[in-house]
Amino acid sequence: MAATEQPSRAGGGAPLPRRAPAGPPVVELRNVSKRYEGGDVGLENASLTVNRGEFVFIVGHSGSGKSTLMRLLIKETDISEGTMRVAGRDLADIGRRKVPYYRRNIGMVFQDFKLLPNRTVYDNVAYALQVTGGGRRDIREKVPDILRLTGLSTKLHNYPDQLSGGEQQRVAVARAFVNHPPLLLADEPTGNLDPETSIGIMQLLYRINRTGTTVVVATHDVAMVDQMRRRVIELQRGRVVRDQAGARYAGNEPNTAELGAILQEHLET
Amino acid sequence: MRIGFFLKEALRSMRRNPIPSFAAMASVLVTLLVLGVFIPVVQMTTGAANDVRDKVVLDVYLTRDATDAQAERVRELLADRTAHVASVDFVSKEAAYKRERERNPEAYELLGSNPLPDTFRVTPDDPDNIGAIRDALAPATPSGKRTVVDPAIDEVKNRKEETDKILTATSVVKLTMALLCGLLVLASALLVSNTIRLSLFSRRREVEVMKLVGATDWFIRWPFVLEGVILGALGGLLAILLLAVGKIAFIDPLAADFALISAPDTMPLSVLALLLMLAAVAVSALGSGLSLRRFLKV
Ligand SMILES: Nc1ncnc2c1ncn2[C@@H]1O[C@H](COP(=O)(O)OP(=O)(O)OP(=O)(O)O)[C@@H](O)[C@H]1O
Ligand SMILES: [Mg+2]
Repeated sequence: MAATEQPSRAGGGAPLPRRAPAGPPVVELRNVSKRYEGGDVGLENASLTVNRGEFVFIVGHSGSGKSTLMRLLIKETDISEGTMRVAGRDLADIGRRKVPYYRRNIGMVFQDFKLLPNRTVYDNVAYALQVTGGGRRDIREKVPDILRLTGLSTKLHNYPDQLSGGEQQRVAVARAFVNHPPLLLADEPTGNLDPETSIGIMQLLYRINRTGTTVVVATHDVAMVDQMRRRVIELQRGRVVRDQAGARYAGNEPNTAELGAILQEHLET
Repeated sequence: MRIGFFLKEALRSMRRNPIPSFAAMASVLVTLLVLGVFIPVVQMTTGAANDVRDKVVLDVYLTRDATDAQAERVRELLADRTAHVASVDFVSKEAAYKRERERNPEAYELLGSNPLPDTFRVTPDDPDNIGAIRDALAPATPSGKRTVVDPAIDEVKNRKEETDKILTATSVVKLTMALLCGLLVLASALLVSNTIRLSLFSRRREVEVMKLVGATDWFIRWPFVLEGVILGALGGLLAILLLAVGKIAFIDPLAADFALISAPDTMPLSVLALLLMLAAVAVSALGSGLSLRRFLKV
């Protein structure tokens, strides 16, 4: 299981030096613009690079283009100008029929969870494997594991409408991660959750990031962003107006529990 | 292909969305019931209309002094050298006299001798061709009268008034039936496809989510198509059962009394059932498969 934590390591470039030198950036935007039909600007001449293993926050006011960036990354819509690469692959080269296969390399978490209402927790997560042609054995192996990781072992047979918002979002994260995609995107994953629950979700994303998965989170939650001390990219009317490398914690990188404590501390002050 | 998985998905969705599934099945059922009643009715009516049309004949009267050789020559002319002739019956003057006297004894008592000529009764291959045969045997002259092509022929008559009436009446009946049939099929198709579209519409969010986790179009589509097949088959089966019960309980007892209902050329129930079943399955499978296309464009 890849979700076991790497020993924390201080300093030095990427958070996970073991994987650092490999290959092209996971996400690369060069002068990307996206204009919607009505003339609304989604992105405007945006350039940014996310390397393997990074944990990046995308922040900005409402309408600044955060969701647009996410939608472009899963190729739900296409860019108007510029070039966009994911893991070295130009998204313009991916035809309509190839999109489903491309998406299997990206885990996606949404503000409104987007679970399948007619499936239990277990089946929702299993669906992500079935889509890729995963067999019954594959499912029996991976799904219980990932549900344990996300703390849902007791809710396997509940339907989404029998879960709290936080639990539903955990299911969504489990589904996004069950294939162990190299890139995980989350668009305001805590937007509908209370602060306590949000911390749990952030811890989960952090834990996933520490397995080597690149994580990009769009959020409004400035306080949380500050406490996490990760890289922050700020958008304003579709432009990148700030790209700030993560401030380091004093001492070692915290493990998940320590991070939880840090976030909790902040919550209480 | 993983039929097992897709089948399970289809069953799951029916179990979890019983109301739209029931609506789709009910609309198939109602449509088939109406069709199942209507198709035999159409067949009977057109059958009856065709029977009437078959009565359209052309009478070729020979001259009163025609010899047997001349009669044989005319028969040959009619049977072998005239287009659109289906069959030729010879009615000798004796036979005609006998029949007419039975029908109208007093008048023929007065007449004493037999005024009737030998006659050929010509049945056209299609009632609409009767005019063509007549023109071939007795072409119109510029003066408006008709000549005959053989001196032994006295007159060619097609009982104009009767024929015209029969031809218009039966074609109106046939046209009306065809129109009704077309409308009914259209209405059925609309009803079924609308019901399916509605039930899919309530699930478009689900389809959207499936696409976002990387499902291919066919991976999403197969369960829907299978669901359509199952619901269509269920609706079809139920409709056929009801039709069979209706036939045995109501039509068969009546058929003993009314010749029309047992008219020989309605298709047997088994063929009708097979046809309805095929239609139900095809329409609902295609309906769900095609309606889905719109939602797949995410
Ligand atoms: N499908 C669409 N069609 C037309 N315009 C759109 C569409 N989606 C987004 N926009 C416009 O693009 C701009 C950026 O929207 P986007 O959803 O990316 O913002 P956001 O940063 O995610 O905002 P929020 O924080 O409220 O979620 C807005 O002006 C919005 O109106
Ligand atoms: Mg948004």
